[in-house]
Amino acid sequence: MSDTRKITVATCSLAGCFGCHMSFLDIDERIVALVDKVSFGRTPLTDIHTLHACDIGLVEGGLCNDENVHVVRHFRQQCKILVAVGACAINGGVPAMRNRYGLAECLEESYLYGVGVADPQIPSDPELPLLLNQVHPIQDAVKVDYFLTGCPPPAEAFLELLTAVLENRAPQMSYALRHFD
Amino acid sequence: MSTTNLETAVGNQPLKRVVIDPVTRVEGHGKVTLLLDEDNRVQQARLHIVEFRGFEKFIQGRPYWEVPIVVQRLCGICPVSHQLAAGKAIDQIVGAQLSPAATKLRRLLHWGQVLQSHALHFFHLASPDLLFGFDSEVQKRNIFGVIAEHPTVALEGVQIRRYGQEIIKAISGKKIHGVVVMPGGMNKAMKPEEVKTLAAGIGEIVGFCVKAVALAKRLYQEHRNRHEAFGRIESPFLGLIGPDGELELYDGGIRVKEADGSRFVDQYPCNDYMHLVREQVKNWSYMKFPYLIDKGPEYGWYRVGPLARLNNCDRITTPLAEAERVGFLAAHQGLPQGALAYHWARMIEALHCAEAIREMLGDPDLMSDDLVRIGERHFEGIGVIEAPRGTLFHHYEVNDEGLVTRANLIVSTTSNNQAMNESIRRVAIDRLNGANLTPELLNEIEVAIRAYDPCLSCATHAVGRMPLVVELEAADGTRVGAISRDEAGTIAIG
Ligand code: SF4
Repeated sequence: MSDTRKITVATCSLAGCFGCHMSFLDIDERIVALVDKVSFGRTPLTDIHTLHACDIGLVEGGLCNDENVHVVRHFRQQCKILVAVGACAINGGVPAMRNRYGLAECLEESYLYGVGVADPQIPSDPELPLLLNQVHPIQDAVKVDYFLTGCPPPAEAFLELLTAVLENRAPQMSYALRHFD
Repeated sequence: MSTTNLETAVGNQPLKRVVIDPVTRVEGHGKVTLLLDEDNRVQQARLHIVEFRGFEKFIQGRPYWEVPIVVQRLCGICPVSHQLAAGKAIDQIVGAQLSPAATKLRRLLHWGQVLQSHALHFFHLASPDLLFGFDSEVQKRNIFGVIAEHPTVALEGVQIRRYGQEIIKAISGKKIHGVVVMPGGMNKAMKPEEVKTLAAGIGEIVGFCVKAVALAKRLYQEHRNRHEAFGRIESPFLGLIGPDGELELYDGGIRVKEADGSRFVDQYPCNDYMHLVREQVKNWSYMKFPYLIDKGPEYGWYRVGPLARLNNCDRITTPLAEAERVGFLAAHQGLPQGALAYHWARMIEALHCAEAIREMLGDPDLMSDDLVRIGERHFEGIGVIEAPRGTLFHHYEVNDEGLVTRANLIVSTTSNNQAMNESIRRVAIDRLNGANLTPELLNEIEVAIRAYDPCLSCATHAVGRMPLVVELEAADGTRVGAISRDEAGTIAIG
């Protein structure tokens, strides 16, 4: 963007539920003031698909397939500050509950033995990315600069983080902004 | 040409492969592949859901009371619907008949959920296509562009969503992934000051919803021919229905209407759903393909969601939404079938939710502490609810210790799986065949998906995304070209 005062933000949702993105949108009408100072590149909220160099990358969700690993590495290359957003990115979250079972067992339950399954088979078309045996937090693949805790982190935590970067200072997360649910 | 013929290409002519990955402004990881012959005629079109989470397995061994809180993490857009569907299933396990207060709190919570999700779907995700045009400039075709050029529309959308989220927060403690549904009821009532604050704000929200319906209607009617034909397919419609045939989002029996409006089943008991629908697995998608058993997989697929609900119901219980429903049906011959009719129907439902919330906020039961009832213990529970994007089934079996032994989830998006595939094939036939494939044309495929669902994550039971590069490959895998689009919106072909 030509406006040099703006910081650029990219976001992605890996093995997460999109709740972290929704929580960011819970800044509600404060988004109007925010877009004066922040421009959004690649994010599921825009049709900009190519990730270019940006100031902050917000990553929701952990790693559950090879494509997630590819995306998070690309984010690491392109983003000055990489933020793990929410429980899934930080420690795998609810999707990582599958780690106590083997991947094969999970697939079999859904596609072979489940209630009312017709044509039982495990999807294996080459168009489908390879699943990882275990769901991983993103720091298993890349260095993370900042962690926004919570499931999801509250809207105010996103605002504080972006404001701190705009003001070139460390974020001050008050007790109320640090969730561990 | 029939759309279903495009599911799998026949013959062994060399085909070019075109990929749209990711599908944007759609939550969850969808990817579309097209196979084209040498004249660029589409021979195959598929929406693949490429991620898998395995909820049905890993919930096993967990105690049943944990389930509503865990499974809502399927979806950050409609967590409340998952919490409630699981809650209804768990109520059956503890044999509970809910108290009036708990039922009312749950209904109010769910109206808040549907209201906020519909606002998000329409304003944040779909309106850029409708306001700017499917082929408008990529830089502005998003909610930030809407804020810049149509600030009133954007802000009213944001406020409708915020209000729905406030309801959810007041009842469940958090806007996303709150904790309130428990076996046999709810864990807290509302405080008088919460009810008062929300009641003070609802008048304005009803007004915004009236305007939202008018906007959705105007955008549809202005481009009537195009919008009605766009991604148009015909199918039966499935959804919950109230005892008198009224629109019902929280409870009820199942009604299925044929495409011609005749009834296939009515007041079908939710607990027998496994005798009504079955799910087919296809090798090329992690999302299954549900169908009506009696009609078979080929002809038995159906649609759910706002359009299905409006087509199914005989009336809406709130007056403003009912008047809009009548107008919506009168504007069509026969049942509305086009994919974009979903948006108009969605805003009518948003208005209904706002009106229903206004009415409910006057009920003193919301502050009652008669919140939990328990009865005779069972070992199986089935909860069905109308989530924002359609009928949602949760089914659990538990053992003596109260640990889950089996789970089956059919989420709304899954029920629309075949329909989304058929609609993109319709677009492929009508718009892409033989054409020079530009990113603008390919966006039309995504417009069709967004009509049904911004929320593929529920279905995959996960999410992820990559930059858009449309690769053209010969059938033997050699790359013959690519279309890419960078952040500045510049399109490169070659
Ligand atoms: S941390 Fe919670 S809200 Fe965020 S993606 Fe994971 S489950 Fe969803």
